[in-house]
Amino acid sequence: MSKPEEEPQKPRLAVFKFASCDGCQLSILNLEEDLLALGQALDIAYFPEASSDMKPGPYDIALVEGSITTPDDAHRILSVRRQTKMLITIGACATAGGIQALRNWADVEAFKQAVYPSPEYIQSLSTSTPISEHVHVDFELWGCPIDKNQLLRVITDLVAGVQPRLPADSVCLECKRRGNVCVLVAKGLPCLGPVTRTGCGAICPSMGRDCYGCFGPSEGARKGPGLPPNTASLARHFHGGLQLVPLEVMRRFRGINGYVSSFRAESNAWEKKT
Amino acid sequence: MSIASGMHGILPTANLQRLLDALSTKGYRIIGPTVHDGSVVWETVRSVSDLPIGWRDQQEPARYRLEQTGSQDIFGVVHGPQSLKPLVFAPREPLLQIERTKDGFAARQMILQPEKVAVIGARACDLAGLAIQDRIFLKDAYCDPYYATRREGLFVIAVNCTRALSTCFCASMETGPRATNGFDLVLTEVDDRLLIEAGSEAGRHVLGGLSLSPASEELIGEAAKCIDACARSQVRRLDHTHLPQALYDAHEHPRWNDVAGRCLACANCTMVCPTCFCYTVEETPDLSHQQTDHARSWDSCFTQEHGYIHGKNIRPTIKDRYRMWLTHKFASWIDQFGMSGCVGCGRCITWCPVGIDLTEELPALMTPVQPSVSRRHVEG
Repeated sequence: MSKPEEEPQKPRLAVFKFASCDGCQLSILNLEEDLLALGQALDIAYFPEASSDMKPGPYDIALVEGSITTPDDAHRILSVRRQTKMLITIGACATAGGIQALRNWADVEAFKQAVYPSPEYIQSLSTSTPISEHVHVDFELWGCPIDKNQLLRVITDLVAGVQPRLPADSVCLECKRRGNVCVLVAKGLPCLGPVTRTGCGAICPSMGRDCYGCFGPSEGARKGPGLPPNTASLARHFHGGLQLVPLEVMRRFRGINGYVSSFRAESNAWEKKT
Repeated sequence: MSIASGMHGILPTANLQRLLDALSTKGYRIIGPTVHDGSVVWETVRSVSDLPIGWRDQQEPARYRLEQTGSQDIFGVVHGPQSLKPLVFAPREPLLQIERTKDGFAARQMILQPEKVAVIGARACDLAGLAIQDRIFLKDAYCDPYYATRREGLFVIAVNCTRALSTCFCASMETGPRATNGFDLVLTEVDDRLLIEAGSEAGRHVLGGLSLSPASEELIGEAAKCIDACARSQVRRLDHTHLPQALYDAHEHPRWNDVAGRCLACANCTMVCPTCFCYTVEETPDLSHQQTDHARSWDSCFTQEHGYIHGKNIRPTIKDRYRMWLTHKFASWIDQFGMSGCVGCGRCITWCPVGIDLTEELPALMTPVQPSVSRRHVEG
C-alpha cells in the first residue's frame, strides 16, 4: 500500500555511546510524551540503547555520549564524524572528559595492575578526553546528566534550521529567580554555582546543597584573561572565607568537569599548595 | 518627631494577629518574611506564628546567619535576599503565546488575574527600591501591565528599623531607617508594643477598623529614639556628594582591574538589588513549530548576552561589566532618573559570594591614584 502523499524527508538522528554511564541517553528516553513528538520530527535511525533496529549512516544529527578512553574509540569517533552532518556532544563525559578524566592525573597502568587479574588484555588509553580533542564538534550540551529540555530545545532549533543557542550565565541567576537562599552565603557551603553554567534549573541549591559544577564553567571554556569564569576568586574565598584547605579547594574543581581548561587550571594551581 | 498622617495607634505585639485578620477579612493574601534555609523569604502567612519570632539576622560581606534570641520580637530579622522586587516584577513571566495560523501567526496576551496582596515587613530601603521600580514600570506610555496589576493590588505594611546590620548604609543614602512614604501602614516595634501609623487612605481605613487606643507621646518618643539610634549605629556609609562626576572621572581608574580580579560576574548583586530592573525575553517553541511561548525573566548586566549587540560583545570582560553596573547605579542613573540607583540596603554586599563591598569600592575609585589618570566622560 502506498502512502497517500509523499512525506518530506525527516532529519536522521543517531545516538552514539563512548565511555559513559548511559545517563544522558536515558535523559532522551525520559522525554516521555515529548519522545513521541521527537519521533514525529526526526527519523531515529540509530539508537542502540532504545532499539535493535540500527540503520546505517549517513546521519543528519549525531548525539555523542561519552569520552574517548580506548584506542578503538579514538578510531570509531572518526567514523562517526564522517557519517554525520551535525555532531552534538551530550553530557560532561563527551564535552569535557567526564569524571573518568581523573585518570589524566593518575597512573592508569597502576590501576590496571591493581584491578585486573590479567591486565595485559585491557586496551586503555592513559587519558580520558572530550570528543572535541578528536574531531570537530558542532554543538555541546553540558551536564551530568544533560537537561532533557535543553536537548529538546536544541533539536527543535536544528529541525527549524535555526542555530541553537543556550544560556551560558552562572547558576546564580537561576537560583535567585527561583527565590532560593544562597547556600554559600547563608550556610557557608563551597558552592560552584557562581562559576558554573546554568541549564540544570539550579537543582542542587534548590535542595539545599552546593552546586558541584556538573554543567561546566559559565560562559564555556575561558577564552582570554579577565573573562568569566573567575575560578581564582571563588577558590580564594573557599580557602580564605570558608576555611577549606588547599586539598579541598583542589577537589572542588577537579570533579565531573575537572578536565575542562578553566577548572583544570584552578585545580592544578591548588594542587601545588597542598 | 511628627506623625505625618495624624493617625496612629498602639497595638500590643501579642495582638498583631488582629491586624492580619482584618486584612484577611478585606480579601488580602498576606505575605511576610518566613524562616527558610537559613534566611527569610517572602511567603504567604496566615498566623503571626509564621513570622520569624525571636530570630535575628547577622550580615556581613558574603555571610548571612540567623540566630534565635528567645525573645518575642517579631521583626528582629531586618531582611533576607529578597526586596519587594519579586512581588511586583516577577522573576519569570509568560507574556504571549504565539500560534502559527494559515496566514501567519496569532499572538495571545497572557492576562494576569488581579490579586490583593498585603506584604508585612517591608523596610524603608525596600520602599525606596519600590518607588524606583514604579518609575521604571509605570511611566506614562510605557506602563507595564503585569507590573501595574501586581502593584495595584499591593498593600504595604512597612516596619521601621530599630536595629542596623553591619551592611546597612541607608542613613547615608537618605532612604531610611525610618519609612517616610510609600506605605499604607508602618509599624515600629518597641519592646512588646507596636506603634502603628497610617500612610495612605487604605491604611487609615484598616487602622480605623482596628479601634486602637492612640499611641502615647511616650511610645511615639521611644519609637523615634530607637529609629534614630539605629541610624547612628550604622557603620557603613557612602559619601555621594561628588557623584555622578567623580565616577565618570574614574573611568580609567586602576581600581577597576583590582575589583575585576575578585568579581565573579555571577550576577547575584543585580538579582538582590531592589532597583535593578533588567530583563530578557525568550521564545520557547514546541517541536512541531506550531506554537511558541514568549516569556521574560530577570536578566543582569553581568551576563555575556547583556553586552551582545549586533555581532559584537561590547562588554566582554568582567571589568567592563562591573564598571557598567557601578557606573550606572551611582552615576548615569542620576542623569537618567534624577536620583541614585542605590538605596543603601546592603544586599549586594551580603549576597556577593566573595563579599565585594561597594562602600569600599566607590571611595577607592573616587580617590585619584596619580595626577595623570586620564579624564574621560562616559555616556550613561
